[in-house]
Amino acid sequence: MLLTTEAFKQNATGAMADAGLQKALARAKPQFAKKRQAAMDKLPEFEALRETAKNIKNHTIANLDFYLETYAAAVEASGGHVHWCATADDARQAVLKICRDAGAKTVTKGKSMVTEEIHLNDYLEANGVTPVETDLGEYILQLRREPPSHIIGPAFHLNREDWEDTFRKVHTDLPADRVFRERRDILTEARGKLRQQFLAADVGITGANFLVAETGSSVIVTNEGNGDLTQTLPRVHVVVTGIEKIVPTIEDTLALLRVLARSATGQDMSVYTTFSTGGRRAGDPDGPQEYHVVLLDNGRSGMVGTPFQDMLRCIRCAACMNHCPVYGAVGGHAYGSTYPGPMGAVLTPMLVGVEAAGQLPNASTFCGKCESVCPVKIPLPNMMRHWRDREFERHLGPPAMRYGLVFWGFFARRPALYRLGTRFMAMGLGFLGAKRGRFSYLAFAGAWTKARDFPAPEGTSFFAQYAARQKAAR
Amino acid sequence: MSREMIIGAVQRGLKRGPLPADQKAMLAGRMARPPRHLIPARGQLDHEARVALFMMYVEREFGTAVRLPGLADVPAAVADYLARQNLAPALVASPHPDLETLPFADTMLNVRFGVSSPRDAVSLTHAFAGIAETGTLMLPSGPTRPTSNNLLPDNALVVLPAAMIFGCYEDAFDLLRAAGGMPRNVMLVTGPSRSADIEQTLELGAHGPRRLHIMIIDGEG
Repeated sequence: MLLTTEAFKQNATGAMADAGLQKALARAKPQFAKKRQAAMDKLPEFEALRETAKNIKNHTIANLDFYLETYAAAVEASGGHVHWCATADDARQAVLKICRDAGAKTVTKGKSMVTEEIHLNDYLEANGVTPVETDLGEYILQLRREPPSHIIGPAFHLNREDWEDTFRKVHTDLPADRVFRERRDILTEARGKLRQQFLAADVGITGANFLVAETGSSVIVTNEGNGDLTQTLPRVHVVVTGIEKIVPTIEDTLALLRVLARSATGQDMSVYTTFSTGGRRAGDPDGPQEYHVVLLDNGRSGMVGTPFQDMLRCIRCAACMNHCPVYGAVGGHAYGSTYPGPMGAVLTPMLVGVEAAGQLPNASTFCGKCESVCPVKIPLPNMMRHWRDREFERHLGPPAMRYGLVFWGFFARRPALYRLGTRFMAMGLGFLGAKRGRFSYLAFAGAWTKARDFPAPEGTSFFAQYAARQKAAR
Repeated sequence: MSREMIIGAVQRGLKRGPLPADQKAMLAGRMARPPRHLIPARGQLDHEARVALFMMYVEREFGTAVRLPGLADVPAAVADYLARQNLAPALVASPHPDLETLPFADTMLNVRFGVSSPRDAVSLTHAFAGIAETGTLMLPSGPTRPTSNNLLPDNALVVLPAAMIFGCYEDAFDLLRAAGGMPRNVMLVTGPSRSADIEQTLELGAHGPRRLHIMIIDGEG
């Protein structure tokens, strides 16, 4: 998929007019917030756990070099292999080489945002290896050739009709007149199709929610069990993940797990939380023979020591987008990035550059909800503000916005002039609108008045009234 | 080469070189004796309350749980469960000593010990531990516990000694460490497989088992 963050404005307008998407958003949005709140209510320690989670991540980042080296040594000690990859291209090549060495024709995949980030599927396909997504949501998106629109509910922009249409079009070996009475019938058909794939695959690729330095384990969290089948049945298991997933110990991992599912789906614990450590051991009746970890940097190490360092705490729960009014209005595709919503608005400029993704940090109302629900307390609005600064400094915004800001800034730094200006503005508008009491059109604010009227000022400005009252009180 | 680049970039960001030896030793010490973090009150109950909480959470997560007086009661309980679910009296059982010695001959059950194939509809496995705070099973891999048996059959039946139900995950992992460290695979399983990918509506039985039935054994067996 091509990044279209430059086109955010057009995308957003399109998304608002997309009836199917709006239906899906209206259905899903209140659900996410309600479920999370219900999980909070059952765990009085939750707020304290958020602080714990934040501290664990901060400790890890402050010693990231040490923990990365320790983790890699532990993986090798358990018989696994670590492939360090500075760039997306390094990671793609590392995965392809593992697949070729294994003589793989098809690979099954568990849900992994990092493989989306590096566009692994297109690369494998172009090189003669067929990837098969096995997460139900990712599976239908692969059939439809669409990118995910949410980091934990990739297909949540689709409605039931979309699933049925796609399955009818693609599963042509099944009777064309079959009936999908319930959602369960859709699920059962996918399960049957994917069972064959699980058994046929030579390599299984998963992501990782955590990498445990103490034991050299990778941890995946799923509800379907597809990730477990992906990493258990094929001869080779490849973990593709980012360097920020490192956590020192099992205890640290458990503390983070206590906030992850609750923040994400509102479950106390996801159905399958699985620790994988190396390949098959002596006496093991099943499991992969080979275990590889493709450890990706792709801009992450560059965040250390910058105002964006705290973003490395992110555990990809999606609470920020689930509670974001902008995401709730336009959905994930409008962002044109692998990572949508507030966390995506901060992360994407780091991965693809502020030139291409400068629009995203502007896609915020700064309501602060994202930060207040973040399980590791990432100051997302602050970071978006940093990106806006950089965008402005580098002259990346549209001229009208830039000149507008310069104009406003001139007055904002001269309070006397600002007050004088607003006083004349209030007087002028009050005079012009005295008859109707409102404006249905204002020059320079046409977009605003298109959807609502602007009330005409009555009397003096706020500052004038405030000054008068202060004076009277004395 | 990437390795040096990544480590170098991290150290530049942290504005320091490699950690000095004493700090490395401190961090290694933290890993050798990992400090526990805040454990919720509901993960610190006494034995009877733990078992009750475990069962409550298993059922809330759409699993089922029963208590049996001893291991010898398992075959009859399995036969009864399969009959009630209208399932054929056949299953694959993990080659665990506690399961291999069960008196299956007293029932009509057709039991095969080994690794499940996609044709098996029912599996019987032995859990290493249960965790009360979320109704979670700990299923490590090993010669007596094939991972496939937790995943492939549609109906997962699990034997769990009541004495192995702990309050929190930490207690179960401590025991696993004491038993020889991390096996290849450790599954923490909370309820049967599910997906909400279709219109945010929960459906059970996505890729793993549709039913999860836990038999808690009170006696020594």
